[in-house]
Amino acid sequence: MLENYFPILLLLAVALATAVVMMAGSFLVGPKRNYAEKVAQYECGFAPLSRVRLPFDVRFYLLSILFVVFDIEAAFLFPWAVAFKDIGLTGLVEMLLFLMVLLVGYAYIWKKGALEWE
Amino acid sequence: MTELNQLIQNQGLALLGPQWWPLVWTLVWTLIKIILLITPVMILVSYYTLAERKVIGYMQVRYGPNRAGFWGILQPFADAIKLFCKETLIPQGAKRAVFFLAPALTLVPALLMWAVIPFSPELILADINVGILYVLAISSIGVYGVLMSGWSSNSRFAFLGSMRSAGQMISYEVSLGFTLIPVILLSGSLSLKDIVNAQQDMWNIIPLLPMFVIYFISGVAETNRSPFDLPEAEAELVAGYFTDYSAMSFGLFFLGEYANMILVCFLGSLMFLGGWLPPIGLLSFIPGIVWLAIKAGFLMFVFLWIRATFPRYRYDQLMRLGWKIFLPISLTWVFLTAVGLHLFGKV
Repeated sequence: MLENYFPILLLLAVALATAVVMMAGSFLVGPKRNYAEKVAQYECGFAPLSRVRLPFDVRFYLLSILFVVFDIEAAFLFPWAVAFKDIGLTGLVEMLLFLMVLLVGYAYIWKKGALEWE
Repeated sequence: MTELNQLIQNQGLALLGPQWWPLVWTLVWTLIKIILLITPVMILVSYYTLAERKVIGYMQVRYGPNRAGFWGILQPFADAIKLFCKETLIPQGAKRAVFFLAPALTLVPALLMWAVIPFSPELILADINVGILYVLAISSIGVYGVLMSGWSSNSRFAFLGSMRSAGQMISYEVSLGFTLIPVILLSGSLSLKDIVNAQQDMWNIIPLLPMFVIYFISGVAETNRSPFDLPEAEAELVAGYFTDYSAMSFGLFFLGEYANMILVCFLGSLMFLGGWLPPIGLLSFIPGIVWLAIKAGFLMFVFLWIRATFPRYRYDQLMRLGWKIFLPISLTWVFLTAVGLHLFGKV
């Protein structure tokens, strides 16, 4: 069973090597003529006015929390879907109850406006 | 001392002894298979960029690139050589290690996912029984590359672009995951091979047409393609998270993005369009890989067609589409499929 994953491990090594060789090769081949204006951060030709790593919209945090909730649900649905033919009506009803609970939460975040971006 | 020599000699002989040959042979054979997988993928990626410029060119009544070689056939190689010979700029104040790790973290998962794609019943690098789960797991690593590039390059455009892009990718990953559940319900397996074989009688697109549409649109959003290319909305964010990248480190983002697009097309043909199965039994004399190539090629063309046709979405529209339309529809369809499967034994 586990030997099926061996090609993936080897592919990981090959892919990493490809990425490193391409970047390092380009770094060695390309010219190196740096000066302050050239390496300055891109700001349409102006000197940057303020710090870059600004605070950002809190909705991105909210989004990631919602993502975790729904992604765990998806992860829960995968084994259920595989075993569906074996667990029959019990499995269907149980998943229905689980989805109902989640639906209440979904309606709540919708109502609260967590999905609004304006 | 002589004992030590003896030991080294024995060990050395053992290392090259016949009992190790099968292992070495497996290693070499796997390496050959990997090269036979990666090289066509890379060539496909480079010619997909040419196809994109040609298709969009003709759709906008221009020629597209036609100078490098006959009909622009050498254009991808010219682009690659040019990118390779450019200066690798490290922007001032960048976090170097993370800055160079990010492009690698975009390309490596994009290549890794190809390991479990079956091109025909035999042509598969790693035949694991959780293929589709593996693809989803690896594809979510791509978000790290995006976030790291935005954070490390010390540029406001890159930072905003990466935040947007990450938000978009995780939003659509949810509906992408849900659209695959009905497919797994129908086949009862996570292996891509079994999923294709379960479509012998009827392709999944017939009972699951809405899921296929949502899958494809989510795939377009997941790979940050037009009309959802907000991270690269050039009018507001220059080039999004790879604004400050140059030379081959930019090239890796580019390769990764296109490899992901092609993968979405191949996965879509395997999950919904019957993979290597011919549309009617009569045509089964044509090898399966040709059918898969035709189906995936058509989806790849649709990717370009969409780009040439639709204007860009706004971010609030994008989020509304993902969370308020796709999520409920796909969840409902999961439920309907399960009920139908339980009542009738099939859909």
